[in-house]
Amino acid sequence: MTRSLVSLEGVTKLFGETAAVRDVSLEIREGEFVVLLGPSGSGKTTLLNILAGFVEPTHGRVTISGMDMSHVPPARRPTTTVFQDYALFPHMNVARNVAFGLAMRGVPAPQRRQRSEAALELVGLSGAGGRRVHELSGGQRQRVALARAIVVDPRVLLLDEPLGALDLNLRRQMQEELLHLQRHLGTTFVHVTHDQDEAMNMADTIVVLNDGRVEDQGPPARIYLKPATRFVATFMGDSNLIEGTVTRRDDHGVAVGTAFGALDLSVRDLGEGKVILSIRPEQIVPAPGNGFAELGEGVVTECHFSGTHVRCRLMAGRDGDRELQVHLPARAAVRPGDRLSLHVDPADVVALDG
Amino acid sequence: MRRQALTVIPAAVYVLAAYAFIYLPVVVLVIFSFQDGRLPVPPFKGVSLRWYHDVFSDSGLMEALVNSVMVGVVSAALATVLGFLAAHALARHRMPGAVFFQWLLMAPLSVSYLIIGIGLLITFTATGIPKSLLSVVIGHVVINLPLAFGICYSQLGGHQVSAERAARDLGAREWQVLAHVSVPMMWPAIAAAFFLSFTLSWDEFIVAWLVTRFDVTLPVEIWSLLRSGLDPTTNAVGSVVFAISMALVIVMELFVFRRKVRS
Repeated sequence: MTRSLVSLEGVTKLFGETAAVRDVSLEIREGEFVVLLGPSGSGKTTLLNILAGFVEPTHGRVTISGMDMSHVPPARRPTTTVFQDYALFPHMNVARNVAFGLAMRGVPAPQRRQRSEAALELVGLSGAGGRRVHELSGGQRQRVALARAIVVDPRVLLLDEPLGALDLNLRRQMQEELLHLQRHLGTTFVHVTHDQDEAMNMADTIVVLNDGRVEDQGPPARIYLKPATRFVATFMGDSNLIEGTVTRRDDHGVAVGTAFGALDLSVRDLGEGKVILSIRPEQIVPAPGNGFAELGEGVVTECHFSGTHVRCRLMAGRDGDRELQVHLPARAAVRPGDRLSLHVDPADVVALDG
Repeated sequence: MRRQALTVIPAAVYVLAAYAFIYLPVVVLVIFSFQDGRLPVPPFKGVSLRWYHDVFSDSGLMEALVNSVMVGVVSAALATVLGFLAAHALARHRMPGAVFFQWLLMAPLSVSYLIIGIGLLITFTATGIPKSLLSVVIGHVVINLPLAFGICYSQLGGHQVSAERAARDLGAREWQVLAHVSVPMMWPAIAAAFFLSFTLSWDEFIVAWLVTRFDVTLPVEIWSLLRSGLDPTTNAVGSVVFAISMALVIVMELFVFRRKVRS
């Protein structure tokens, strides 16, 4: 888990004048499950295509297992891809689809049969080899595409939004199966998605991309709880962004003045002057815990029950003109017009340079 | 009900008239190929197969028939292979002036066979290529290449692009991508291009007449037969040509139709 298997150094891809990927550097360790996450147009698919070899980087270097792969075609890379549209071969049955990569590598027929049957078994399609592609459901096609990609034992498996076309239940199930498969094989997976929940459920490391740049990378919990940038704070779930000014600075941290009062934060690497504080809706609570800071009172303007919690909008702040999103426990009996006193654990507050 | 009859009856008459207009000459040709008499004109004097016997025992006609089949198969195969490769290249690779090259490939469709034939004749004479079956093959490739290209190009779609990508990703070299993915996926279009090219070559007269001398194709041989006057033999050989064309069309329809049902 420690050796770096894939490394990108200053990778940039220009399409004409526009940059799809800008100066991306990334280290992917052996056996890691990496999720490239970003909104559409963020460059995540282009980055995956650079790893697969379908797109050549304009600048920068891609190395896999220590070998420079920047300009090596896909056929000669130790990577395989599960495509968004599966890209199965419609004129071949399932077994021949799965065995295709082995056939191209010159593996003799008996071994080919054995290995593709084993791969089909891994994805839960044991004995389906004789079926034709058009007889399969979406979920089954997905599995065939997966079996076809893993049967050749790639060093890195690339997944291009493979779950996008599936309905929610099947998507959840496939997420779990993919995770189990990855743990079982120990292969490095690089998975592209625009779905934050999917990313958090699956990833060892999330790489958040925006406008061709890496905004943040790290384990899901860190990305969610301590986002590195304002973009990440709002893209990964809901967040209240509060403007503030650093008023005092000492050995323990800083004091930040906001429309909700002053907050003492134990952070050091923060610039002078304007800052942005990011607080998750579920981190604002009506009943204070030990060491919590007060955010004043707020008036509930809207609330919606959503199963796991009640989503509320409040008007709060000194002048009562700042909107806050707060998630209260599902049992909370709140109604528009109710007044709540608001508290937050300063340790949960993320301070970003304004 | 009566209203319906008012529209259905004229429609039926119209359709019948249209088909009669198209097929009556062929039907007359076929009927009088069985004429038990010297002239292929009414009245019909009874059924006889002697003209067919004459056709199949005429060595000139039989040689021309074999020549036509050879020219058709070779020229259709060449036109299809070249047309497919050109279509694949233009559909897959970005190159400067792609639209111009596409236009250039399709343009001969709008040029009359007579003009193409004269052009070929001048070129063959200037370059010293003798009038022969080879020159007919070349001529028919020139005529059919745009068609084969057009059919293949129109059928190269997005799902083939992604299947080809997947094949490359799984380690296939370019020729393997073509052999294992592109050609099998394009098979109906390729077959259609081949059969259509063959049918057009099989019927083509002007170019074949201009660029042959001793070994000729069937249409050219039939033409020289006609010059010696009307005779039920010409009806019989015409019926044979028509039957073979029809058989090809039926084979092609079955092939394409079967694929449609499956996918």
